[in-house]
Amino acid sequence: MSQQPLLQLEDFCVSYGAVEAVHHIDLRVDTGEIVTVIGPNGAGKTTLLCAAMGLLPSRGQVVLDGERMARTSVEAMVARGVALVPEKRELFGEMSVEDNLLLGGFSRWWRGERDQRPRMKEVFGIFPRLEERRAQLASTLSGGERQMLAIGRALMARPRLLMLDEPSLGLAPLIVREVLQVVSSLRRHGVSVLLVEQNARAALQVADRAYVLEMGAVALQGQAKELLHDRRIIDTYLGLGARSEDAAAS
Amino acid sequence: MDLQIALILGQDGIVNGAIYGLMALALVLVFSVTRVIFIPQGEFVAFSALSVVALQAGRVPATLWLLLALAVAALAVELWRWKRGAAVDWASTIAWCVVFPLIASALVLLLRPESLLMQTLTALAVIVPLGPLLYRLAYRPLADATVLTLLIVSVALHGVLVGLGLLFFGAEGSRTPAFSELRLDLGGVAITGQSLVVVAVTAALVVLMFLFFERSIVGKALRATAINRVGARLMGIPTGLSGDLSFALAAAIGAVSGLLIAPLTTIYYDTGFLIGLKGFVAAIVGGLASYPLALVGALIVGQLEAFSSFWASAFKEVFVFTLIIPVLWWRSLSSRHVEDEE
Amino acid sequence: MTRRHLTLAFVVALAAAWGFLPDFSVTVLAYIGLYALVAAGLVMLTGVGGMTSFGQAAFVGSGAYATAWVCTSPMVSAAIGGVVSPALLPWIGLLFGIVVTFVIAWGLGAITLRLSGHYLPLCTIAWGLSFYFLFGNLEFLGGHTGVAGVPPIVVAGFSLASPRSLGLVIWGVLLLALWALHNLLDSREGRAIRALKGGRVMAESMGVDTGRYRIKVFVLAALLAALSGWLYAHLQRFINPTPFNLNIGIEYLFMAVVGGAGHLWGAVLGAALITLLKEQLQDILPRLLGSSGNFEVIVFGLLMLFVLQRFADGLWPTVARLGGRFLRPATPSEPRSTLVLPETALPPRGQVVLQAKAVTKRFGGLVANDAVDMDVKAGEIHALIGPNGAGKSTFFNMISGVDDPTSGEVRLMDRQMAGQPSRAFAALGLGRTFQHVRLLGQRRVIENVALGAHRRGKRGWIASMLRLDRAEEAALLAQARRQLERCGLGEFADVPAGSLALGQQRVVEIARALAGHPAVLLLDEPAAGLRHLEKRALATLLDQLRAEGLGILVVEHDMEFVMNLADRVTVLEFGAVIARGTPLEVQANPKVLDAYLGGVDEPAEEALVGQAA
Repeated sequence: MSQQPLLQLEDFCVSYGAVEAVHHIDLRVDTGEIVTVIGPNGAGKTTLLCAAMGLLPSRGQVVLDGERMARTSVEAMVARGVALVPEKRELFGEMSVEDNLLLGGFSRWWRGERDQRPRMKEVFGIFPRLEERRAQLASTLSGGERQMLAIGRALMARPRLLMLDEPSLGLAPLIVREVLQVVSSLRRHGVSVLLVEQNARAALQVADRAYVLEMGAVALQGQAKELLHDRRIIDTYLGLGARSEDAAAS
Repeated sequence: MDLQIALILGQDGIVNGAIYGLMALALVLVFSVTRVIFIPQGEFVAFSALSVVALQAGRVPATLWLLLALAVAALAVELWRWKRGAAVDWASTIAWCVVFPLIASALVLLLRPESLLMQTLTALAVIVPLGPLLYRLAYRPLADATVLTLLIVSVALHGVLVGLGLLFFGAEGSRTPAFSELRLDLGGVAITGQSLVVVAVTAALVVLMFLFFERSIVGKALRATAINRVGARLMGIPTGLSGDLSFALAAAIGAVSGLLIAPLTTIYYDTGFLIGLKGFVAAIVGGLASYPLALVGALIVGQLEAFSSFWASAFKEVFVFTLIIPVLWWRSLSSRHVEDEE
Repeated sequence: MTRRHLTLAFVVALAAAWGFLPDFSVTVLAYIGLYALVAAGLVMLTGVGGMTSFGQAAFVGSGAYATAWVCTSPMVSAAIGGVVSPALLPWIGLLFGIVVTFVIAWGLGAITLRLSGHYLPLCTIAWGLSFYFLFGNLEFLGGHTGVAGVPPIVVAGFSLASPRSLGLVIWGVLLLALWALHNLLDSREGRAIRALKGGRVMAESMGVDTGRYRIKVFVLAALLAALSGWLYAHLQRFINPTPFNLNIGIEYLFMAVVGGAGHLWGAVLGAALITLLKEQLQDILPRLLGSSGNFEVIVFGLLMLFVLQRFADGLWPTVARLGGRFLRPATPSEPRSTLVLPETALPPRGQVVLQAKAVTKRFGGLVANDAVDMDVKAGEIHALIGPNGAGKSTFFNMISGVDDPTSGEVRLMDRQMAGQPSRAFAALGLGRTFQHVRLLGQRRVIENVALGAHRRGKRGWIASMLRLDRAEEAALLAQARRQLERCGLGEFADVPAGSLALGQQRVVEIARALAGHPAVLLLDEPAAGLRHLEKRALATLLDQLRAEGLGILVVEHDMEFVMNLADRVTVLEFGAVIARGTPLEVQANPKVLDAYLGGVDEPAEEALVGQAA
């Protein structure tokens, strides 16, 4: 694909006070791709995503569909069709599933596009379980259903780019599979995905390309299917370092 | 104490309770959306009532000048912010700083309303925009401060507004004519038309608010901001909107309350504070979060006040305010284990 | 000259000039002194202790009314009749006022100080109003008219009737109070009081009974207000409820905030500013605005709004900073230590010091910890690891006393700890650090570390105020210094804790825990955010501590750090233990690999190479 990438992060850095959590990252997501960022806990994955969305201050460039964002702010990103499903989901617990979805379409409603009802039908088509529970309060849903609601809510805005922060967190393996299958199918709906995950195997099976983050910097990158077989991933996750060479040699 | 008196007191209690209920609703609304404990809510009540009094006397209510002064100040602040490179929502700024104040000015200065109805509407037009303007000038710069800091701001603002009230309206009290001269006789107890108006309007407002928050998407968006700020931002719900709107609603509720009680009792420049505080006790019963409980609390406060004014009239304020302590204590038991304020 | 010299110079100048100042100035100064006394109490309560009160005026009222009643009530004079001379009545009034205020404050405090966050100040508004209406409606207190004919204070035959004479006493009392409060803040108890604001979990884990301390600070502030009320009553010689209403209570808070709520001299500055401003405004505003009335509150309110938005810490720090350019900084003097702090011997190596048996924790339907068994022995480092959401933080709270398990047992030094607060854990020898560093950033590093030794001292409030605690304090500070040096940060002892890098702050937390002479050390992600060299230094330190016989539990994400250091490792996933053993054993365990790398399909058909041999 020779067209410009949908999202590009150039020399991207995020600091918490004096500590630099993310150093000089270069990352891109092309239209129609699923890109995953994996890495051990504390590597800076969530920080990266939140900063890209504008929830945290950052240095470096964020380029969205060729447009250099002078200052990333959540409002600007939402207005340009980027949606984030954060690690903590941030659902409106005391409101119903239907209301949560409706509010997902708020940004479009505010701009005058009143297609919330038909869109909700489409989202129910992707997540039939949500339709069964449409009148229930979000706080009464199970972990997996909450994750689906969070994703469905983000989809209500018809985003071009969907950013997911650790969707597998706290979910049983079977549900994780279900959720990631949905993520995989989003391609057909014209949504590009940037997926941050701790669950390396599952993420690599679903993604096209991957970046492996370690201590805030990109340690590995490449085609997901190739990285799936790469020994170095274990070392990154289990901190084996030098020992891994000995074990592999035996 | 016979049934007759009890019924009269009961009726008083309900009417007062209705007003306190409106106060409580406004307080819960503002707190849940912006985390501001809005002590000056009572000033909206007094200002609105006294503005109508001024209009009836053919004078220009000084609150109009306050409105214009605040509008100019708020506009100046937005321009300054724009120069510094902050994102400014011009649509809402123009609405609150220019359009509404102009409408209010036109009504007061050009139309010079004569009928009670028009005067009422004019007072509303003057008071309602005060809400968002006060929010922008006093609270929005401190949007991320602790609830405590915002409370201190509220207290300071209350002081300023009461002082201005004295300046605008003088120390004398006033009353307005009743909306209705009706007097019904139900089983020997006289029910005034005014009481009916109060209860009816309160009920209508409660229903309207219910419909707004439960059925309209903007109302839901406001609720959502109160439930989860981060989530609301991610949905593209403009956070400034929720501040403006909740303060506008609070001002509207306060203004209506003022119009309702002005015929019932003499309003002084500082009457609002005590009414607001009693509404506050009711809001605390609802944990500053639940509307139905706040309304129940309001009815309790109203009844407590009515009956204790009969038995030990000097101490009725003591009872009502001491009531806050066990209520707060009970509330703190049932609220979640409080984490430290970082 | 130093700040101390400047303060002394100020006091001497005031004393010398007192006789020559005009009557009006002396009266104004007397009132400033009275208000500053109340504001100083507020500085302790709000600025240092973190509890906002709008109701101090009610306590001023209780002190004033107590003495007014004692001195004018025919009942009282009949009762003490010939036994006590009338000249002593004001002193009895003082005593009565102190006792009454003490009882009321302790009672109110016990009920309302549980309310944290914004509920407490709301409560203070409530009783501030309540008291005002009470004062105004009780007939025997004169109702709204008040009480007149209060006699002056008589000291050794000398009647302090004029503002000039009583004013001197007022300032004497104020300066004495400031001295005592300064001493209190500069002591072990003072450190504990400061810790109240920084987070109750942290203070409790250092052994501070935060509930009790909050009440004590509250009562202290109330007593200072009552003292001010006593002096006020005998200055004015008549009282009515007006000066004790909520608006004045709010003004007291304004004084403290505008002056600088965290600084004792801020109270004096604030009181002076507001009082002088009020005088001026009461003259100017009515003329300016063309009508009579109290309009100062408008200006005060605007001033407050401005200060809150711009000078969050009040004006004193700015003044102090400006003045600081001309003053030599005073070197904090520490007397030589002659006292030895009590130390219990560490348990023998290999003995189980901390034990969790089938610890389960449920939050509603969610099982955060599922029958976790684990123990820590003296002289070992035991690591607790697991992916995100595994329940490590919840478990940490169980074994440190911050929360209680739904079922199962936690034993510390072989004692059952069910339902015990974290300060009981501290008393038995548990020291801990926090995932997000909880230091008092504005205090010096050594003060932060000394807080860890809190329960090793005994000197209380009165002793601290009277400076009778110096020997113990020296010992505590020496201990703190020793721990800092042991951790390699000795050179940073006197800088503000907030100025250190995060890695260093984490080590300060360890030094703080060590100051308590613990047998068990719980570390919550100590390596997070540290650079490579810092991690190496930390590892060396922990190794050393292990050698000295401490039992150490480390919760960590950083695998490399943990695997090279720990003797034993326990792995949690979804709240349950899935593996335990030596680092090598755990790393080779396929379940651990699954837990960390995750899997969508069964492990058997996984394409990811790497089941280590």
